[in-house]
Amino acid sequence: MSPTDLTRLSAAEAATLLQDGQISSVELTQAHLDRIEAVDPAVHAFLKTMPDRALEEAKAADAARAAGDDLSPLAGVPIAIKDVLATEGLVTTCGSKILENWVPAYDATVVRKVRAARLPILGKTNMDEFAMGSSTEHSAYGPTHNPWDLDRIPGGSGGGSAAAVAAFEAPLALGSDTGGSIRQPAAVTGSVGVKPTYGGVSRFGLVAMASSLDQVGPVARTVLDTALLHELIGGHDPMDQTSLTDPVPPVVAAARQGLAGDIGHLRVGIVKELGGKGFQPGVLARFREALDLLQQLGATVEEVSCPALKYSLGAYYLIMPSEASSNLARFDAMRYGLRLAPEDGPATVETVMGATRWAGFGDEVKRRIILGTYALSAGYYDAYYGSAQKVRTLIQRDFEAAFNRVDVLVSPTAPTTAFKLGEKLDDPLAMYLGDITTIPANLAGIPGISVPGGLAEDGLPVGIQFLAPARADAFLYQAGGALEAALVERWGGPLLDQAPALPGGGQEGGEAA
Amino acid sequence: MSAISRDEVARVAALARLSVPPEELDKLAEQLDSIVEAVRVVSEAAGGDVPATSHPIPLVNVFRADEVRPSLSVDQALLAAPAREADQFKVPQILGEEP
Repeated sequence: MSPTDLTRLSAAEAATLLQDGQISSVELTQAHLDRIEAVDPAVHAFLKTMPDRALEEAKAADAARAAGDDLSPLAGVPIAIKDVLATEGLVTTCGSKILENWVPAYDATVVRKVRAARLPILGKTNMDEFAMGSSTEHSAYGPTHNPWDLDRIPGGSGGGSAAAVAAFEAPLALGSDTGGSIRQPAAVTGSVGVKPTYGGVSRFGLVAMASSLDQVGPVARTVLDTALLHELIGGHDPMDQTSLTDPVPPVVAAARQGLAGDIGHLRVGIVKELGGKGFQPGVLARFREALDLLQQLGATVEEVSCPALKYSLGAYYLIMPSEASSNLARFDAMRYGLRLAPEDGPATVETVMGATRWAGFGDEVKRRIILGTYALSAGYYDAYYGSAQKVRTLIQRDFEAAFNRVDVLVSPTAPTTAFKLGEKLDDPLAMYLGDITTIPANLAGIPGISVPGGLAEDGLPVGIQFLAPARADAFLYQAGGALEAALVERWGGPLLDQAPALPGGGQEGGEAA
Repeated sequence: MSAISRDEVARVAALARLSVPPEELDKLAEQLDSIVEAVRVVSEAAGGDVPATSHPIPLVNVFRADEVRPSLSVDQALLAAPAREADQFKVPQILGEEP
């Protein structure tokens, strides 16, 4: 099998070939490292790669298999890690200058699980600084480019992880989703991403943005691959006090059921408030097609209303910055990270802190810290943060009522396809408005998935989002798997087969641009 | 009238330990003002009788077993310190008075 073929395999296909001894993890990992070297100068999905270490891990995975060890289903399949997750001995920057040289002394729990399962780690992926943004343009190390059109954003904050899988640089990646940072990048790059139920996957070692919203989750090109990774990283962690004690939901079995076209009598609800005005016509067209397909598979579709969702953007952009301003107080220039003296005046703890934080944080992070500090300050707390928390209750109630009638909710993952790099950089509010579809899940703590729904009138990918009740993550995989199988059959192959060839990436899929 | 003035931004930034250069204050005030304007709708939505939700899936009494476990060594804890003296973090002078 040629190196190009190896990078086109899904994680599940690669795992089968590894188990059958037809390929080695070293070959598979080397093929991805070569692909990264060829196309990442144009895509910039990775902040750092670890070729030698990845190959050592691959060699160890091959040796364990040869020795007959009991291995994880994904053993030997390489993975990319969003740079917001602590990796022992490997620089972890969170896309920020303030952590430019930070080398954690410990692994995040999900990273520890990935290593224990013997998945070679290819590198750390690019992101908006501290996961604040929807485009990766807020990375201190330059933006990631969308593999479908290098002049466009790959989504954010996890644009690096999404672009890495969409550009066939990695079959799997880890992401984090506070307001859509896994699902929106999946939508605009034609890949798959899941935000699990709040607490379903450990956050120990995830650098916190907004603790009541943050969730780690899987990123891949297929529904089955995200399920396999979800099963590997999920489950209770005593190191995370928000971790659910439930067993991991049967996500792999649910994905396989869906892929086989079995969705039983799934009841699907269309959220009235997540569509219509502000949504691109091509996005809505693909969305309607997805609904038709689901009905053909036997699902019932009805409209549900969640009126409190019109306040979700306001609630999110108060709660998130409030929590972020508090979490980011730890970057105080004293124990780790950057330390700078003020340009003039005495260098005291206070002035050093102020100077370091001003120079070390980017514009978006500083905006959110100031906004959050404002929302929490005396005299404004009740009007802003307090009200936002009440809205959160109303949104939870709306979802509860909706899930009394239907099993899953469906909407476009994002109102539009990928916009041009730079287009919204000077208008933070315009950037925020794109998150309208994804943030309700975080506010309510419920799980969500984005699966490719086809291409819009501009030739760019559209994502279809499913939401399920808390702890019912399996529904996402069943519905997502069924839609994926039906669409792939209609397209005659995966959507990413239609993506243009990348500069440096050889001939597959078309001529290099 | 704008919700956030230049002086307010300066005051809040100081609370957040961000040394904002004076020439940046107007732009920040303008951006924050448009954001606050957009998010303040939450106050009209939430009546007095709606309880607040701070956590989506609240858990109570979450404790680990009180057992001795391996933890970071002194050297690991100090690995990323901007400055170190012996086994301690070295910090700038703490009080603002002239030395």
